[in-house]
Formats: sequence, C-alpha cells, structure tokens
Amino acid sequence: MRQVKLLSLMLVLTLLGQNLLAQVTFQRNGVYDEREGFYAFTNATIFKSYNEKLENATMIIKDGQVQMIGQKVLIPAGAVVVDLKGKFIYPSFIDLYSSYGLPEAKRVDRNFRRTQQFNSNKEGAYGWNQALKPEFRAHENFTTDEKTARGYRGAGFGTVMTHQEDGISRGTATLVVLGEDTEHQMILKEKTAHMLSFKKGTSPQSYPGSLMGGIALLRQTYIDANWYKHGGKNEELNISLEAWNEINSLPVVFDIREKLEGLRANKLGREFGKTYILKGNGDEYQRLNELKATGCSMILPVKFPDAFDVEDPYDAMLVSLAQLKHWELAPTNLSRIDKAGIEFTLTTAGLDKKSDFLRNVKRAIKHGLSEEAALKAMTHTPAKMMGMSNQIGSLKSGTLANFIITSENVFNEKSKIHHNWVKGKVFVLKKLNETDLEGNYSLKVGDQTFKLMVDANNRMKVEENDSTTIAVNSKVSNDLITLTFSPTKKESNLFRLSGTIGEEEWSGNGTLIDGSWTPWSAKYEGTPEKKGKDKKIEKKTGQGKGKKSKVLSKNKLGDIIYPFMAHGYKERPKENNYLIKNATVWTNEKDGILENTDVLVRNGKVAEIGKNINKDIGIRIDGTGMHLTCGVIDEHSHIAISRGVNECTEVSTAEVSIADVVDSEDIDIYRQLAGGVTTSQLLHGSCNPIGGQSAIIKLRWGFSPEEMKFEGAPGFIKFALGENVKKSRSSTNNRFPDTRMGVEQVYRDYFTRAKEYKIANQQKEAGFRRDLDLETVVEILDGERYISCHSYVQSEINMLMHVADEMDFKVNTFTHILEGYKVADKMAKHGAGGSTFSDWWAYKYEVVDAIPYNAALMHEQGVTTAINSDDAEMARRLNQEAAKAVMYGGVSEEDAWKFVTLNPAKLLHIDHKVGSIKEGKDADLVLWNDNPLSVYARAEMTFVDGLKLFDRKLDLEIRKEIASERNRLIQKMLTNKKSGGKTRPVRGKKSRHYHCDDSEDEMID
Amino acid sequence: MKVFNIILIMCLAWSMTAQPAPASPQKGKIAILGAIAHLGNGKVIGNSLITFENGKLLAVEDATGIRIDRNSFTKVIEANGKHAYPGFIAANTALGLNEVSAVRATRDDNEIGYLNPHIRSIVAYNTDSKVIPTLRSNGMLMAQIVPGGGRIDGQSSVVQLDAWNWEDAAYKMDDGIYLSYPSMVSWSWRTRTISKNKNYGKQLQEVEDYFTEAHAYTKNKKLSSENLKFEAMRGLFDGSKKLYVKTNAAKSIMEAVLLFKKFNIIPVIVGGGESWMVGDFLRKHNVPVMLSKVHDLPDHEDSDIDQPFKTPRMLQEAGVLWCFQMNEVAQSRNLPFQAGHAVGFGLDKEDAVSGLTLNTAKILGVDKSVGSLEVGKDATLFISSGDALDMRTNHVETAFIQGREVSLNTKQKVLYEKFKTKYEIQK
Repeated sequence: MRQVKLLSLMLVLTLLGQNLLAQVTFQRNGVYDEREGFYAFTNATIFKSYNEKLENATMIIKDGQVQMIGQKVLIPAGAVVVDLKGKFIYPSFIDLYSSYGLPEAKRVDRNFRRTQQFNSNKEGAYGWNQALKPEFRAHENFTTDEKTARGYRGAGFGTVMTHQEDGISRGTATLVVLGEDTEHQMILKEKTAHMLSFKKGTSPQSYPGSLMGGIALLRQTYIDANWYKHGGKNEELNISLEAWNEINSLPVVFDIREKLEGLRANKLGREFGKTYILKGNGDEYQRLNELKATGCSMILPVKFPDAFDVEDPYDAMLVSLAQLKHWELAPTNLSRIDKAGIEFTLTTAGLDKKSDFLRNVKRAIKHGLSEEAALKAMTHTPAKMMGMSNQIGSLKSGTLANFIITSENVFNEKSKIHHNWVKGKVFVLKKLNETDLEGNYSLKVGDQTFKLMVDANNRMKVEENDSTTIAVNSKVSNDLITLTFSPTKKESNLFRLSGTIGEEEWSGNGTLIDGSWTPWSAKYEGTPEKKGKDKKIEKKTGQGKGKKSKVLSKNKLGDIIYPFMAHGYKERPKENNYLIKNATVWTNEKDGILENTDVLVRNGKVAEIGKNINKDIGIRIDGTGMHLTCGVIDEHSHIAISRGVNECTEVSTAEVSIADVVDSEDIDIYRQLAGGVTTSQLLHGSCNPIGGQSAIIKLRWGFSPEEMKFEGAPGFIKFALGENVKKSRSSTNNRFPDTRMGVEQVYRDYFTRAKEYKIANQQKEAGFRRDLDLETVVEILDGERYISCHSYVQSEINMLMHVADEMDFKVNTFTHILEGYKVADKMAKHGAGGSTFSDWWAYKYEVVDAIPYNAALMHEQGVTTAINSDDAEMARRLNQEAAKAVMYGGVSEEDAWKFVTLNPAKLLHIDHKVGSIKEGKDADLVLWNDNPLSVYARAEMTFVDGLKLFDRKLDLEIRKEIASERNRLIQKMLTNKKSGGKTRPVRGKKSRHYHCDDSEDEMID
Repeated sequence: MKVFNIILIMCLAWSMTAQPAPASPQKGKIAILGAIAHLGNGKVIGNSLITFENGKLLAVEDATGIRIDRNSFTKVIEANGKHAYPGFIAANTALGLNEVSAVRATRDDNEIGYLNPHIRSIVAYNTDSKVIPTLRSNGMLMAQIVPGGGRIDGQSSVVQLDAWNWEDAAYKMDDGIYLSYPSMVSWSWRTRTISKNKNYGKQLQEVEDYFTEAHAYTKNKKLSSENLKFEAMRGLFDGSKKLYVKTNAAKSIMEAVLLFKKFNIIPVIVGGGESWMVGDFLRKHNVPVMLSKVHDLPDHEDSDIDQPFKTPRMLQEAGVLWCFQMNEVAQSRNLPFQAGHAVGFGLDKEDAVSGLTLNTAKILGVDKSVGSLEVGKDATLFISSGDALDMRTNHVETAFIQGREVSLNTKQKVLYEKFKTKYEIQK
C-alpha cells in the first residue's frame, strides 16, 4: 500500500514537472508538516464533467488530486468527511485570457516631436521590431497575486492562462492555478500558447502604423523565422526569431478587436498552416458564417453592453441602429456561436467586476445558451484547448482537486458558491452551514422594540414608521453579530449592539445613544406578508432578472442584418434575370448611345442588347425616359478600409496590402451604390514613394470582405511623388527623402535591389531570405503588378517615366496627375494613363498650376484618361465630375462618360469584364432618371453582377424600417431604464473617411 | 503659321504676367436681348430684355413685342436661348484670405485668439488672388469674406469680385461677426466615437458672459478706457451688424436663437446641417440659414443617404429664408452645381437660383441693391449659353459687375491655351 502511494506521488511529481520538486528543494525551518489533504465529500450532486452528472455521490481527494468519484464509494478511514447533502460539486472554471500575476508593460514616452523611430530600441540581440516579443515568457515573470486570485476564485475559477497583454507578439502564456502557495506550485504548465494581436501596445517604434502593416509584419516574421531555422542563424543570432521558432508549435491565441479582425487573423494564419484561437469581443454573431468557415475556436467575453440613456430624442440620434441592435443581441452571441458548432470558451476579460461573470453567463443562458454548453465552455473546452484535460476541466481519478461547491445548480438564479478548492486546498466563500438570516425579526433594545428586516444578502434595516426605514450596519462573523443604527432618522448617535446568533433568536448586550449598556434580542418572526412585498420590489429594482426573462419571451428580438448597420439587409437580394425596356443605353462600345433600347440581364451578365426584345425572361423594368449605363468605376478610392490607409513609416511598404483590411461594414459602400458606383480601387495612401498594394472591389453591399473582391483583377500598387512623400507638412521630418531629388534615388535604389533580389532568388543562394517588400517590387518588374502613381507636377512625372524606362518597367497609371496636361504627350508615349480630379486645385503648393482642362488635354493627346474621387463624398457624384470635362475643354458627352467607366476599367485591366454594356460582360448597370452627365440625374437602380443592390424606391422603405426598428429598440431601452436597468450616456460610433494623406498611428490600441 | 505661333506665345507671355485687370466703369447703355432671365426672386422671363446704364438696371422685362432702338445702346448682346442670372454670391468664404491652404505663408484667415470680434477680414482681402477669376468664370460675382479660427472668429465683409484692391472691392464693409457656437458633442478619431462635449456648459457660459459684458459696455456712457473688442461688438446690439452663428445641431440652433434673443439679436445660422428638423421654429423666429454644403455626407450611418441633397428643399418647404454656401475657397466655383444637385432632389430650379442670389443678398443685408434682376438694382449679372446650375451645359460667356463687363479669363484658361498651343506646334 505504501508503495502504491509512493508510486502515485511519483506520478504526481512527473505530471507537475519541476515545480513541485522546486518546493522540495527548499530549506525547511521546522519539522515535517506536509498534510495529505485527505477528504471525502459525500451526498453531493457531482458534475464529473459538463455532461456527466452523478446524484448523491461521493468524491475522495488526497494530495491535491481526485482519487475516486462514484455513488458507491466506500469512505476510507482517515479522510475528513464533508456532508454535502443538497449541494453541488463542479470542476472549477478556467479562464484562458488573463494577465493575472504579470507585471504591466511599461509605456515608454512617445516621441512628441513626431519624428520616426525606424528600428527597435530594445537593447540586446533581439528582433528588429519592438512590437514583437516572442521571447517573453509569462511563467518567468509570474508572481502570485492574492487579491486578483481571490476575485477569480469568487467567480468560480480555479485556473487561468495568463500573459502580458502587450504587443503584436506577446510571447508565451502560462497556465496557473489560483491558490496562494508559491509560484513553483501554482504554475501548472509553463508555456501553453503563443499570444498574438494586432495591437502595438507600448512599442514606440513607428512600424507598423496601420493594421495592414501589422498583418504584413506577422507575415514577414513567419517567413523570417523559417529562414532563421534553415540557415539564417549562420548570418545573425536573433533571440526573437529563435524564440519564435521555439514556440511555433504551441496553440496561438489571437486577440481581435472586432469580428472582421478574426477573419483577417485566420486568413493570415492559413497562409502558414495555422488556425488561431480567437479571443473575441462579443460581436462575432454578426459575421458568424464566415468565422465558422475559418475553422477557428474562440475565447469569448461575457460582457454585454449597457443600454444608452436615450430619453432625449436628439441625443439618441448619436447612437446608431447598429449600436442599438448590438445592445439587444449581444447576449445571444454565445448561443449563436454554440449552435453554429464553433468551439468556444469563456473569459472574464473586459468585465468590470469578476462577480459579473456568472451573472452574465446566466443572461446568455436566458438568451438561448444551454447550461451544458455553458459548463462545457467554462471547464472542458479550455482544458482541451491547452491539452490539459487530464488535469483540469473535469473531475475524475487523477485530475487536480480543482472544484467548487455550490448551494444548488450553479446556473440557478440564487445559487451561491460555498467553496473553491484549488489543488486540494479549500477557500471558503460562504460557509456550508451558514445560517440563513433572511427574514423579519422583532428587535428589542432595552424597552424599545423595532421591526428588523434582513434580505437575502444580509442587508438589514429597521422600520421607524410605515414610511421610513433606517439602514442597519451589520457584521456577521461565524456566530457573532454586531449591529449599529440610529433609532430615528434625526438621531445622529447610534445604538451599538453585539451578540450571538442562535437558532430562533439573536441576543447580547449593547449601548444606547447615551452610552449606557443594555441587553438586546431579536426574535425571528418568519416570513410575514410584508416580506413577500419586499421581494417583489427587489425583483423589480434589483437585477430585474425575473421580469426581463418575461419580457424576453414576449418580445421577439430583432434580426441580424448584413452588414450589421442601418441599410443592411436580412437576406441577400435574390439573383434574378432582368429585362430593362426602352431605355437610352450608353454602351461605351462602337454602337455609342442607343435610344429606345432593351437590355437583357441573365445570370449576372448582359445577355442581349437590342430593340424590342420580347423574351419572357426575368423581371421587366420600364426604362422609358431613363438612361441605362454601366456602373461607375472609381480608380482612386479610400472607402471600406479598416484602421489605416497609409503605412507611413518606411519609404517602401510594398509588403502591405489594402486587400488584407477591406472593411465590408462601411456605409459609404451603400451610399456610393446610390451614386451609381459599382467598382472601386481601394488604394493605399500617398505617404511613401513605394506604398502598399491595393484592393479592387465590387461594391457588393452586405457581402463579406473576401466576397467583395473583384475576381481575377490584377495586382496594383500605389506609388507616390511630391509633397506627401516629402512630408512637406511636417516641420520635423527625419525620413529620407525630403526632396524630389531624393525621391528619384529611392526608386533607383529599390529597383536595383529588386533586380539583384530576383537573381538571388532564381539562383537559390544559400541563406536567401524572402523579403515581401522586394518581392512585390519584382512583381512590378515582371509585369505582374501595375503601378498607380500619385503625382502632381510635371518634373516628377517626367522623372518617374525616365526611371521606369531605364529600369525596364511601366507606370500604368498616374493618379491625380494634375499637371498631366503639361506632359500628356510624354505620358502617351510611355503608355501611362491619367486618372485625375475634375477641378481640384489651389489647396497645396504642388497644385497651384492644376487646371480643370487637364482631363480634356490628356484625352486629346491619347492618354487613357479617367476622373476619380479620392473622397467618400465625391464618389457619390462622379457622373457630375465627368460632366465637368464637357464644360472645361469641350469633351464629347460620350467620351466624358467613359472617363468614369470604360477608361478606369482599362486602367485597372478589367475592361474585359466591366466598363461598358456589352453582351457577355458583367451586368453592372445603373438606371438613371436623366442624362447621367446632368447635375439633375439620379441613379434610380444600381446592379452589380445582375444583383439589384440599390433601388431608390426600396430605399424609402428601408428608411421606414430603420426608423421603426430604432424606435422599437429605444422604447425597449427606456423600459429597461424605468425598471432600474443600468444605462450609460450616449456615445455614437463614427468611422473615419480616409484621404491619401491620413497617416496617424492606428496600431497603438 | 510661324508668325501666328509667335504672336500666340507673346500673348501668352503677356497674360501670364498679371491677373486680368479690373474692368472700367460702364460707359453708355447696354442691352441684353432674348435671354431666359432668371430674376433671382423666383421668377423667369422666357424672352427678356435687360438694359442697364451707370451700373444700374434700367429695365428687366418681357421682350416679346418690344422693339428696341439699337442705336440708343452702346452695346446690344444677342442672347436668344441663353440664360441670364443675377451674379451668384459666395457667402462664408476665405477667398482672398487663404490662397494655398497647405502653405502657411499664404494663409490670412485664422487669427490667434479666442474671442476676436475686432478682427476684420476686409483689410487682408487680396484682390489679386489667382482664385478669384475662377469664381467669376462660373458666375460667382460677389462674396462674403469671412475669417475663422476662434470662438468669435471676427468680422466679415461683402465684396464684389472685380477690384484693384480691397477698398473698391468692399460692398458692405464689416457686415457682421462670425461666432462658432460651442458643440454639444465631441468626436475622438482614435476611439471613433462621438460623445457629449464635457466642457459644453462652460463654453456656452463664456459666450453668454461675453455678450452680457459687451452689452453692458455699450451702455456705459462714461468709459474709463476703450476696449477694442467690445467696440467691435457695438454693431450687434444696435442692429448695424449681423451675427452669424456657426452650428449644425438642431438643439444648438434652438438654444442659440433663444440665447441671442436676450440681446435682441436674431442670428443667422451658418451650417445648419440639422436645420431641417427645426424648420417651424426657425420660421417662427424669422431666423435665416446659410446652409452647409449640399455635397456632403450624411451625419450618421442611419441618416437618409440623400439628406444633405434634400435639406434645401425641406427648408424651402418649411418657409425658412435660406441660401447656399460652402465655406470653401477654390471649390466655391462649384456652388452653382451644388444648387443644381439640390434641384435633382426636389428643389424648384428658380428657388435654387434664389438660394444663390436674392436669398443670400437678403441674409447679408445687401438685397436693396443686388441679388436679383430688378430695376434700380446693380447690373451685376452674367450670361451662360446653357444652364448655369448644370455643368453639362453651363458656359459663362459674359459677366457684368455694376455694369462693368469683367474679364472671364483665368490663370487656368491661360495655362490651357498655353499647352494647347504647345501640342498644336508639335503637330
């Protein structure tokens, strides 16, 4: 027997690794006093795991471990027996997203002169970027923290995974139990996960300054780590890359700010064979299918937004429909994710108080989450995610004795946690046999009698008369009780009573207001009528749970809409065939403008153009008196981009891509559909000579970011010249180049290096390191990626064409190109197109010579000319901007119209699909009520791939729906407030509208 | 051919050296015959006769059946089928103060200081701004020059856009004082949230206190020393200056009107993005609105997508006196097309013209002499071969300011001709 015990002890030691041994290695001051912690818990309802419940069962624990659980377990001699009749035992909960016991990263003062920091300031042989700290080890920095641990234990937790929440790579997390012994014993597994995020945290380094930069940085780091493993180490010692490789096989937890970041993170992960565990933020239900498709699992918060204070109707306008709806639907997030079959666990992260955790889980259960799923998410799943199912997350022979004892089913409204056992050591939260004091008492103090009322939380008050009550300060400690109160409201002196709690009566001695001693007693008077009333009031004013659940069953919840904002739709518009009859059709083809013409749309394509098509196909639309055109194409747009249009930090950021940060949830998409736009190139800003890659999208409102991308469109990259590149508006620029002379050298340098890189790549030189920046430049040389170059004055335009000719590449498009009219002949010769503003000028020095005749002059010289917006507002009326070419320079209407349709399609190399109305081309069509070049013209319907994504008549209906849904939710918030629910001041969400030169750091938090 | 080119280049060289010179005063009588005259007061005359002398309109009438003695005119302009309009007015612009906004040295629009009622825009108004001719060439013949930057920005002046210097440009000097009303909300781009402005109460109190003190000052007959700022405020209390209050929120509009009512001031609301929500209130209190840009995005993602497009129509329907403005410099030449866009969203076309002319003149207090084609008023008008509100057909051919035929040439046209010539020579 003794041998067996020894064996099992050995087993424990092996299981727990060095940590237990560490303690063994310590000096002892005194005699051997280890206890076995041998307990038998009897008559309990035990959840061995989330789906295995034993009634009337016994659990034996010893040496911090569970020994046996069952209904017919014999109680061994020597065990302390704890009778748990009526009580419940659960495995204690696990939180995988915590900073428990770790020091906060110190924020270095940011550079107030706003000069750039190009490399890491961290001393030592670490990696180049300070936001990457793969070498950080949580277990090496962990210290127990009693106060925080107590908070977790009070909420039922026994184990947390903790990490330092700072940086893009935050190094490893460690799994610790929440006891109060030394760290050696609390650390359960030292390295459990690699923690990542898209937040730069305290890093003062400039790069990355945008979300796309953060994504590119991670991508390059995966590549660098691989390079390092395969020979790179011969070139340099790099602690960070070494550390990255060391932890590369751990599970990765990715902290995301919002649902789309989850898609982005997992898209990135997929490139390197990773599926991340997303630490979400509670809005995942809004893009559930897409998230499900990534195959990821999640760590989810149970923080639900409070209602807004919407009593003032003008104030309420600040709050968007999306915010109102999220308030209502956020508590359904967990149940929806569970039903979708996504594996998830829960975290207390984001909660103001840990004690809100169970309360909010119960709320989620009211909103459809099953108790079993909730328990699974709090126990089984996190243990499984971290490969620790043999020790935590369930109770069976051999697991840690990490469990809680509750007064009843843990999800019951009034359930209380009595004990939280951590590795076989008890933490008492509420004594098992604690007397329930709730009730009314007749309190006698000397010759005075009071009515004393005690509620379920032991809050006490006495009644002065029918309408006035006086709060009683009370302190209960085991069987001792102290009460202090003033006998009347007006009296400032207090009665001070102290005594013991008996079964039916409390009694003792105390002092009156004059300080004289007197005996007192309080006799229990049961549950009189009055108490019932009190309870009702409490239900109303308290957490309002009972009432809310009733409301919930009565009122249906609102629908999820896509995107999750006003003007989003419940279901995607149906694919239909359309026959548009008798319109004036601007074909942009040889046929020119055709009067009284029909266009048939079938399967998303233009199927037929002709007079009197009388096929019985699809829905007929009367186009009499109307003009039908192809959709407007915006060569230069910055809508639908998340967190940063510029990666402004280096002269070349060819590695970043707008395609990584397309934002499908931007109202400008819908607004621009209403202006007839169907395709946009989302360009990187103009902060650097070689900017980032662009994304060409169709304005598929309601679709996911990936679905919006223009299928088969070629790659583009933004180049930029002039004032923005030189950072002319900064008085403290420390970045090369500072003149147009330097700009030329940047190109010569990069293209020279790219050529060398290409050769090195082809020859597979030893130690060759893939460089995503140069690789992109090589794509330009290879003709696989086109340039759209922000440019203004003739000298710089000329310069870039010279560099291009000499270095053997082409400038596909000069965008803005306000002095294009001065060098239009040269541009035509080079084969560059020009995509310009109609009439902007005089806002900065390099545009003082801009003229509104620019488009006309370039066009006349044979330059493929387009007019673009670069602006979310202007893009709503690009038809008018095209018309200005008629006014300034007398371009024909047909040609002017091509400036915003066919010509940008040509510049983007997508004119085989869009840009004209031609049989076989995409049915991207706009029906206008007037000549589209007229200022009076309105787009009445806009089709993308034959889907009617905008209809002005339908829009009027949508407005009514928005108004009525807003009203329903506002009324619901008001009702919630009336019944005592929490509210917060109005705070609206308003996204930014990007322009070329926006360059604030978007990665700090 | 060679000679022709040389002459062309010489002409260009000449025209590049200076801005077009201001026109000489009108000599003799001028008649415009047959134009579709948009009077600015909501009326149109399909076939009009417009005559003017000494810079004032002599006749604006239906030409049908009228025979004119051509010899009695120094100039008769045949304008059959063309459109005539009163000169458009660009209110609330830093034109002539702010030449190239990104170049600090060229900016004279924002003075240091928080309460700047003494600051006067007119003295910094640069008549040689290269931007001014580009406005004229789209029919903008007058403007209100406005400083910015503080809580009280300073004083505006109304100018005509063809002058040698600010003295002869001035049409109504120091017409009013601009005030940026405190905003009830503040936006943080970092969190992308709008929340209530925590300092709102304090900021508003500052404004009220300032007006109270200034008002008391103006009543003091025995001043121990003169306060330039309060002196500048005098006009607000005696009615000789207008108070222009920049604010957008519906609640702020109502609050501002009631606040200044205490001082017997009826403010002009500038911006008024949400003025359509309080149309009845504005009409009841006779408060006019200089409306913010039509070409603007709706305030909220929940807003009607066409809200800024239809706001002018809604104010018109509510019976509020309003006008267009866009608080831009170079872009101000597009004001007529913003008006056109509002027509596309239901505003009557002649009401749109009023919003560029007579309504503006009324709001600026210059409607006795300009703003419409009515006898006795200034001959400040222009002719477009097409619809001046529609870039598809607009082409301004002739323009008069106080009877003077002004140059429609611009730096931009000169550059256009210059490079057209370059390419012609290359052919």
